[in-house]
Amino acid sequence: MTSNNRIFSLVVPVISVILGLIVGAIIMAVSGHNPMEAYAALWRGAFGDSFTIGETVRRITPLILTGLAIAFAFRTGLFNIGAEGQVIVGWLAAVWVGLVIDAPMIIHLPLAVLAGAIAGGLWGFIPGILKAKLGVHEVIVTIMMNYIAMFVTNEIIRSVLTDHKTTTDKIAGSASLGSEWLQSITFYSRMHYGILIALFAAIIMWFIIQRTTLGYELKAVGFNRHASKYAGMSVSKSIILSMVIAGGFAGLAGAMEGLGTYGSISVMSGFTNLGFDGIAVALLGANNPFGVVIAAILFGVLKEGAGEMPTGAGVPTELVDIIIAIIIFFVASSYIIRWALLRMKKEGK
Amino acid sequence: MEYVIEMLNIRKEFPGIVANDNITVQLKKGEIHALLGENGAGKSTLMNVLFGLYQPEAGKIRVRGEDVNISNPNVANELGIGMVHQHFMLVEPFTVTQNIILGSEPKGKFGNIDIKKAEKEIQDISDLYGLKVDPTAKISDISVGMQQRVEILKTLYRGAEVLIFDEPTAVLTPQEITELIEIMRTLVREGKSIILITHKLKEIMQVCDRCTVIRKGKGIGTVEVKETNPDELASLMVGRDVNFKTTKKVAQPKDVVFRVEDLFVRDTRKVDTVKGLNLEVRAGEIVGVAGVDGNGQTELIEAITGLRKSHQGKITLNNNNITNLSPRKVTKTGLGHIPQDRHKYGLVLDYPIGSNMVLQTYYQKPFSKASILNYKEIYKKAKELIEEYDVRTPSEFTPARALSGGNQQKAIIGREIDRSPDLLIAAQPTRGLDVGAIEFIHQKLIEERDKGKAILLVSFELDEIINVSDRIVVMFDGKIIATVKPEETNEQELGLLMAGSKLDEVGDSSDIK
Repeated sequence: MTSNNRIFSLVVPVISVILGLIVGAIIMAVSGHNPMEAYAALWRGAFGDSFTIGETVRRITPLILTGLAIAFAFRTGLFNIGAEGQVIVGWLAAVWVGLVIDAPMIIHLPLAVLAGAIAGGLWGFIPGILKAKLGVHEVIVTIMMNYIAMFVTNEIIRSVLTDHKTTTDKIAGSASLGSEWLQSITFYSRMHYGILIALFAAIIMWFIIQRTTLGYELKAVGFNRHASKYAGMSVSKSIILSMVIAGGFAGLAGAMEGLGTYGSISVMSGFTNLGFDGIAVALLGANNPFGVVIAAILFGVLKEGAGEMPTGAGVPTELVDIIIAIIIFFVASSYIIRWALLRMKKEGK
Repeated sequence: MEYVIEMLNIRKEFPGIVANDNITVQLKKGEIHALLGENGAGKSTLMNVLFGLYQPEAGKIRVRGEDVNISNPNVANELGIGMVHQHFMLVEPFTVTQNIILGSEPKGKFGNIDIKKAEKEIQDISDLYGLKVDPTAKISDISVGMQQRVEILKTLYRGAEVLIFDEPTAVLTPQEITELIEIMRTLVREGKSIILITHKLKEIMQVCDRCTVIRKGKGIGTVEVKETNPDELASLMVGRDVNFKTTKKVAQPKDVVFRVEDLFVRDTRKVDTVKGLNLEVRAGEIVGVAGVDGNGQTELIEAITGLRKSHQGKITLNNNNITNLSPRKVTKTGLGHIPQDRHKYGLVLDYPIGSNMVLQTYYQKPFSKASILNYKEIYKKAKELIEEYDVRTPSEFTPARALSGGNQQKAIIGREIDRSPDLLIAAQPTRGLDVGAIEFIHQKLIEERDKGKAILLVSFELDEIINVSDRIVVMFDGKIIATVKPEETNEQELGLLMAGSKLDEVGDSSDIK
């Protein structure tokens, strides 16, 4: 049974992706576009040359981290809609440290990265403690925290970090994740060392969840709160910790943007969507850290490649959003795929 | 003789297992026919085949001599087959009538529900079979026994001729069981036929005409109850001889290790359900708590184990005050707890059975060091326990969910006893288990007692209380109202005490019997 489940959890996302691409092709064909040309453009947009590859990696980096942020909380039975807000505060905190502190790189860069994680963790702590102590539903609180994060950050950028400007100065070089070497081999893309941090974070999540007593407790609370309490675990401590760690991952995603991709932070008129895409990444990755990495790669490729579709094939980028939506739809309704697979297996006998 | 229902050579397969293998059950008109088997023997599968929930791979079903194809439960209903479920399917805030007509409401002139007509009809059926149900009462206001009768009425209202009772006595008091047996007899007298799914041999001997035994999915045969005895039925069911009377030496109680003094506990609705309770358990004795469900037993256990706060009184274990300590601190003081609801509290069902074996000890050496789990040690321990407690599982990596109830319970008991606690609280340790597993668990409890541990056994099964305990306390309305010796009492007396009678009032009933 277990091995069957494992195969299913691998096969179902793959089939969902294929179905998503097929349905996307049908939609393009119906609306008078050439799907083959469009997908060729998508491929070029993501892998066409060293520059686009660099940009694709850069796009994947924060998606891995926000995917982990949602997956981690989910393992404890919590739905962290607040990754978006946690990204924003993490971004702000990292850039802030990058701007105001003067220190050698070996101190400055880790400090800035850590600031991002701590800020995100704090943004997770608030919904965590409200849930644990007062039973307030984390979905409501995290949604609200997203707005608080965005508007407070905008205000801080305008009146604290700058004098009524919309973008801060560039951070000090000693806090930057950027690398001339990476830029030089990718034809001056914005690729940075953050990808290593993101991959390392995935390993950390795997280690916490699978190898530590903390992970044992967090998962137990996620599966069965009553049995966890019976076994002497502190359910409220687990909830709070889970949200803090999840928030930390999302905060790191913000730090990647602030210290790597942009080197600054700008006033936002809307959400970054990194947090919301993270929900889909976690779902597609079956809340497993390595699944999340693979799902983030897929999302990053689709999103980056989509940029080439209007110019390369005359297909609007929104189509990629439709394809992604269809993939998620199929993953979410994986029951149907399972059912169909079982049925085929039966008839094949 | 005319058969109302014949299930001939039924075979039902699921991937990997044969749940029913060539089982034949023939139900005569007007008989009470028992379907006896251990948990997981295939009783429910067979009845689900009859009810149209599963399609058999082979075999025939005949109703009143005609071959039928029961493709879904509606067909079963039309054929006059009704099921009284073990877990009642009732809407609590609705009245009896509203519950019964749900799904087949009688329509008035304007498409409204003609509730008066329905009430009258239900009253008539209730009178005919002596069910004494008030059609206007709210479900939430009536007793569990009464709710069961509503379930019976529901099937009768829909025109059932054949009633399937799924473990109907599991939730009833001894008095309610007597009443249910009377109702079953009336039903049969009025021409209904009954299939009784059970693993309680006493009930079969008391009320059934014939009995079909199923063991590990195979039909073992059908016997006339008059020509058999409980021992034979048990060995047919289990496939070997079973020891009924739990054999045990006389207890050698020592010092008091556990004491509850003047304890008050509130339930979730903030009502006092434990009201000034006093209790002592000595090392080397098993104290059985008898009582009807809902007299504060659950709250008492939760208060002792740290899952619920008490607001007055004192609990001591090994001379440590454990009142209102956290569950982990209580556990560390030397308490083991076999919880009443093994799915809700006893196990993390999605964890492998191996991980569940260290649910109370995962944070200690050698299972973890510096917060890093050592799976080698965990699974080593799990393997040991699985072997010692005869937990039947494909491996220690199998999710706990995939094990049968009896094996899940054995795993919990192994885990709790292995820590060798000074006080073991066993709440309903054998609920829903079959004879073989019950025997095993009782043995283990007695072994612990003989090692000098204190055991508090809370159970609604009077057999179990009388057989296993060295001392019985009766809990009623949040207090211990009587203490009796198992060898000097009987079910009748206990039943009356459990209903709140004073000991001196029932003093002579043991002679009446």
